[in-house]
Amino acid sequence: MACCPAPVDALAEPLLAVRGLTKRFGGLVATDDVTLDVAEGETVAIIGPNGAGKTTLIGQLSGDLIPDAGTIRFAGDDVTRMAAPARSQRGLARSFQITSIFPEFTALDNVALAVQAHAGHSFRFWTPARAERALREPARATLERVGLGRRADVPAGTLAHGEQRQLEIAMALATRPRLLLLDEPVAGMGVDESQRMVQLLRALRGRHTIVLVEHDMDVVWALADRIAVMVYGRVIASGTPEAIRGNAEVRRAYLGEEVVA
Amino acid sequence: MRSRARALTLVTGLLVLALVPVVAALAHQPFYLDLFRRMMIFAIAAVSLDLILGFGGMVSFGHAAYLGIGAYAVAIPAFYGIDSGFVQWPLAVVLSGLIALAIGAVSLRTSGVSFIMITLAFAQMLYYLGISINAWGADDGMRLARRSQFAGPVDLANGYVFYYVVLGLLVALLGLGHRLVHARFGVVVRAAKSNESRMRAIGFSTFRYKLAAFAIAGAVGGLAGALLTNQTEYLTPSYMHWTRSGDIMVMVILGGMGTLYGPVLGAFAFLLLEDILSAWTVHWQIVLGPLLVLVVLYARRGLYGLLPGAGGRIG
Repeated sequence: MACCPAPVDALAEPLLAVRGLTKRFGGLVATDDVTLDVAEGETVAIIGPNGAGKTTLIGQLSGDLIPDAGTIRFAGDDVTRMAAPARSQRGLARSFQITSIFPEFTALDNVALAVQAHAGHSFRFWTPARAERALREPARATLERVGLGRRADVPAGTLAHGEQRQLEIAMALATRPRLLLLDEPVAGMGVDESQRMVQLLRALRGRHTIVLVEHDMDVVWALADRIAVMVYGRVIASGTPEAIRGNAEVRRAYLGEEVVA
Repeated sequence: MRSRARALTLVTGLLVLALVPVVAALAHQPFYLDLFRRMMIFAIAAVSLDLILGFGGMVSFGHAAYLGIGAYAVAIPAFYGIDSGFVQWPLAVVLSGLIALAIGAVSLRTSGVSFIMITLAFAQMLYYLGISINAWGADDGMRLARRSQFAGPVDLANGYVFYYVVLGLLVALLGLGHRLVHARFGVVVRAAKSNESRMRAIGFSTFRYKLAAFAIAGAVGGLAGALLTNQTEYLTPSYMHWTRSGDIMVMVILGGMGTLYGPVLGAFAFLLLEDILSAWTVHWQIVLGPLLVLVVLYARRGLYGLLPGAGGRIG
């Protein structure tokens, strides 16, 4: 099984509960008192202009940045100060805005590493990792799932940009996450590549809980159950796509003519 | 094709090493026995450094420290009359491994230039400790009364026996190293070099694996030190001097970082050059310097990359 969402329980607390999250860099308040809930199975898009603090928010959710104030609860536990690897072990997976892979390793090796990270400790010195079927088979299946099955043995660094982004999704999925944090998954992609990625993400929707940072509004409209709008570090609005479309403040601050068009 | 060429190269290399004592004996040139044994000892040190430097991306500039600890772990027990190799050699390996564990636990919290400097600083501390302990020879060092004693036919006083012991250890190290770099552990260490933040994001606490690699490298460096002090039958704190760390690093870079056999070639080339050129001039490094620059600029995988069948393989 690629993923195992817990049964949805309306009374339970949301899978991800962010309260009053604040992060400063010197005088700049990158995230300012951000509060956000994400329920199991939901796809939430975070939008906002450049410098709104979206990536800083993702960084705090994934554990690469430690907030100055506020709390992050994930699956019932306080993870505010937990390091990134520990959060990954609890089911939080992220992709990066700037492609982050292991370029010298093959595509399959990349995904097998993600499987390995969640398959016990790696103080094993004798058996070649490439001969471990428990690592290779789930990795191969995940590569197939994102449409990279035929590229398994190609060095990841030589894949096309769009394929590398797909590979990142595969690595995230291979950790069997409860929550996917995707930082601009279609950044820098051509139209075709972008469409393929949206198809892939649509297939993940519902089966996975997804928090998505994205500039491309077509992608956001295609995927989001709910949208949170960030401006200058604050969440100025949050709601269904229809509500956000109709929100005057959001239109003024960010969407501008794009929505009307 | 490529793997056949590679296997052929390896077997040839092993055969040459195995036949060196025979040729040296026939030619009545025991000096070559000595030289090749010394080259293999430094090859062991260079392979151990490459495990962290080439495979793990940890630029340790203090690897001679472990050479020194291994040497002291032989010479100090010998000074007090304990000359069993069954005591000295495991002591050398365990002690240098533990000290590497401690040094790594501090150093690996830094990276980049800080890491280079802090590993250098630790090695220099040990060096100055060595030259300040008068009971153990201070900066003069001390003679080793006898080489490490083993049982039965393993008598290191016999230069040929000692040679094949060193060769056996080198081959064993390469064999174990081959398993290690391809096993889960080695994959983690190599991937952490490739992209550390990605490793953390997929759930690896990389620190513990890097620290373990650092300690293993230190332990093997200690073994090389134990061999070296047997080779020279002398202990000197200069084994730990920072220029020695530099030499080992040059061997790794010259031979090919991130490969198993490269550092062996690098150690051989370095010491052969030293031997041949220093007969002409004490400034033999005038030749080594430009050679190193050429290798770094034009041979991405060092001398190893120039071998038939090496290709992109790590060994």
